[in-house]
This record gives sequence, structure tokens and C-alpha cells, in this order.
Amino acid sequence: MRIKYFLALTIAVLMGGGMLLFANPPAGSGSISGKITYSGTPPKMKPIDMSKEPTCAKQHTTPVLTENVATGPGNALQWVVVYISAGDQESSAPSQAVRYDQKGCQYIPHVLPMVASQQLQIYNDDQTSHNIHPLAKVNSEWNKSQPPGSPPIDTKWEKPEFISVKCNIHPWMHGFFVVLKTPHYAVSSEDGSFEIKGLPAGKYTVTAWQEQYPSQSQDVVISGSENKTANFTFKVLPY
Amino acid sequence: MTLKNFAVTFVLGSMALVTVGATSMRAQSHVNSPDPALGAPSVASEESHVNGLTGHAGEGKVLYRRYCIGCHGPDGNGEGMNAQWIDPKPRDFTEGTFKCRSTPTGTLPTDDDLYNAITRGFVTTNMPAWRPLTPQQRADLVAFVKTWSPRWAKEKSGTPLAIPPETPITIDSILRGRQTFQRLECWKCHGPQGHGDGPSASTLTDDKGNPIRPYDFSSGSRFMCGSTNQDLYRIFMTGLDGSPMPSFADVVKPDEAWDLVHFLRTLQPLKTQEASLWQTYKAAHGADIKPIGPDAAAGAQ
Repeated sequence: MRIKYFLALTIAVLMGGGMLLFANPPAGSGSISGKITYSGTPPKMKPIDMSKEPTCAKQHTTPVLTENVATGPGNALQWVVVYISAGDQESSAPSQAVRYDQKGCQYIPHVLPMVASQQLQIYNDDQTSHNIHPLAKVNSEWNKSQPPGSPPIDTKWEKPEFISVKCNIHPWMHGFFVVLKTPHYAVSSEDGSFEIKGLPAGKYTVTAWQEQYPSQSQDVVISGSENKTANFTFKVLPY
Repeated sequence: MTLKNFAVTFVLGSMALVTVGATSMRAQSHVNSPDPALGAPSVASEESHVNGLTGHAGEGKVLYRRYCIGCHGPDGNGEGMNAQWIDPKPRDFTEGTFKCRSTPTGTLPTDDDLYNAITRGFVTTNMPAWRPLTPQQRADLVAFVKTWSPRWAKEKSGTPLAIPPETPITIDSILRGRQTFQRLECWKCHGPQGHGDGPSASTLTDDKGNPIRPYDFSSGSRFMCGSTNQDLYRIFMTGLDGSPMPSFADVVKPDEAWDLVHFLRTLQPLKTQEASLWQTYKAAHGADIKPIGPDAAAGAQ
């Protein structure tokens, strides 16, 4: 009796483990990293006047700067989404939700990548009402009010798209939802660096997207657990 | 081949070519087009169902070319010949985004919503009320308008908002509505007195980046999406998609929504029950009334 019970348990555990293994394609150990830079003269990052919203203005000791072309030392370019646009295996959306915050009358992060059908939670951490207005074209556009203390808006986007987001009440608030087919993506940080991890061996097309300038692509071959470098340079204009 | 034979063949051949050309031109016309790449997707069989009438896109197309094309354009994108002289701009039907809906934000309107829009027209815009057209003609136009955006082929209309019976119009309801107006910061765009002059008003743009004005309650004009208390309830609960006006359906309970409706009526220079209740209250308690707007941000709650 006890042996039977033990056997049944063992089988159950083994089957459970097997299902875990095969639920998603195996995660690889290859990676692609690099640096995003610009050439030319970028537009100035301008200070934002938040005096019309005192509860937000007082959260910032120095003025918040515009983020549409966010530059750093060494010609670094921030907020560029680098993702696998071809060669990736089909996989389901991660079960973990991505989080978007409205804080100090800013969208945090400015650019939020996610996978199509992945849960998206939008929070209002401010003492003022915001209206979240994603100007979707491929998905459907909506516009919702979120007063202070409201529960997060729980939503998702079904189709891949670069969606511009704005708050009509605070016209300086502007961000992007980047809805991708692939879970393999990264966003360039302040020093322009990025790293896409967990890539299985294969031939990939890597694309870098910036909200204001045309996207760029490179082909990269990964064999085994190696790191490949892919750098991108965006030509910028001062206006 | 003799010269005569050649001439006959040439003439016949040309005729055949012309016929083929004409056929393919007809195939490219909007409603019959089998190819989605040729402008709007073809939904020759598109129908609308309004008040027991069935509208047909084919009939609607003829009417569209007669009555609508001047502003909404041959491609349905709102770029007709007159569009450059018009503000606000004519609706771009290819986006499938509509202001006046009974359905939640982000969803397609119902056939009734589109029918009502054509019937009612839009005050303060160039869109007239199309009452001279018969109900059948208006239903046909609804069916045709739905052929411009591919969304109609893939999505269903949203579920219309359920509006519970109106709560009694009392001064308490008006005062609660006033607090909701403050809490939801309606005044940021519509202004503390509802004059459409809030701090964000001058910066507002629609989806296409064109400047757009918030409703000025002191004008007393009809609302864009109707004139009854029910219409007013529906406007702020569903939002006006494509404009800066958001949906409040997730953050306002039905009772609160009716309170807000009752308060909003007091902002209009109209002889309504709400306005007379408010005038009486103001005459007796004028000194106790807290201001609305940035100065009251802490006080009114």
C-alpha cells in the first residue's frame, strides 16, 4: 500500500517536472550586448515646467528633462529598445505582469517594452488625477481617468505595436508601450548599454528602435553560450 | 495574315482590352473590391440593424457619394474637398474611432450609436442633423460607414453601458456631485466654473494633433452626444474616444455619476430643476460654499 502510494507520488512529481521543462522553449545561455550611440547634434533635453501641477513640481528638486531624445556622456542614447525581430522561437507571454507608473507627473519608465498578451498594470502614485491615453492604431485606442488612490488599471495589448502614450491633463507627459512578439529585448540605459540574455543558439535579426528616428537592424549568429556584440548608431538632428 | 484580317483582329483585341480594363476598374470600386489592399476592405455584404431596419452598404455608398463625400472624402479618411475649411475636422472613418458611443472606451460603437450620430448631427461642428434622410437611408449609411475600417470585420461592438434609473434631483445630490467634480479634477480642463477654461484647456489636442476645446457649460448649448441627463451620464462614463475626454466608468459608481450629472446641470444657464435648487441654496448658504479648483484641492474632500 505504502509502496503504491510512493510510486504514484514519484510519477506525479516526474510528470510535473516534465511539464515544466516542455511548457516553454528551453532558455538559452547566449547573449547579445552593445552600446547605442548617436552621431550629429541631438536636440537639447529641455526642462519641463510643472508649475501648473504643484503636487508634482515639488517632487523634483531639479527640473525634469524631456526624454524623447535622451542623451548621455560619450554620445550615449538612452531609451532605445533592442529586440529580436526575426529568428526567435514562438513562446507564450510571460506570466509576470509589467508595471507602468505615473509618478511626479512622469511616466516611469519612459519606454516600457512587453510581450503581446502580457499583463500590464498601470499605477497612479501621484496626488493628482491622470488620464492614460494610449494612441494605439493597430490595437484599439482607449482613454481612462485614474484619480489619486484608484486601483491599478489591469490591461494587455494583443498585437505587436509601438504605442505612444499621453496624458491630456499634463501635456508634457509622454511615453511608449512597446508591444513585441519576442520576450528577448532590452532597453538602453543612461550610458547607452544594453544586453539581451537567455538566447538559444541560432541566427537572429536584432533591431534597435528609437521613438524619433528610423529603426536599424543587424544579423547576429549565436552558437552556444557566447556573447556577441551589436552596436547601433543613430543619426540625430538638432530639431 | 492580310491587312483586313489584321485590322479586324486589332479592333476586336482593343475592345477586349477596354472591357477588361473597365471590369478591373469596377472591381477596384470600394464596396465590391475583393482585395483589402485597395483602400478600405470590401464588405459588400455589410449590414446595419437599427430599430428593426436593415441597412445595406451598397445603398449607403450611393448616399455617401451624394451627401457625405464633400467633407469625409472619397477615401473615408475625413479629407474631403471641404475639410481644409472645417474645424473641428470631419471624422476619419478608417480609424474606427468614434466619440459618441454607448460602449466602453476602446470598443466599437453600436449601429444605434452611429445612427443616432447621423440623425442628431454634432452641434458646434459642420456636421448637420440628417433628419431629411429617411430612417432607411440613414441605416444604409451606417452600414456603409462600417466598411471603411477593418476593425468592423474583426471586432464586435462593445456592450452598451447599463444606465440605472436616475436618482432624485436634490440639493444633497448636487452638493455630492460638486465634490466629485472637484475630486475627479474635471475643472483641470472644463474650468472651476465649467467655462471650459481650466489650466490644461489651452493645451488640448485630438488624436491627430489638432487643437480641441473642452465643453463650455456656460454656453448652455446641447452636448455633442445628446442633450438629456442620460446622454450626459453616458458621455463621461464612456469617454469621447479620439479626444482628450477620458472614460470615468472605472472610477465613478452609478450613484456618484448621477450626482455629478445633477451638479453639471447647475453650471448651465438653463431653467432646470437642478439650477433652481442650486440658486436657492446659494442664496441661503453662499458664504459656506468652498471654491472649486486648485485652491480647494485640499478642502473639498
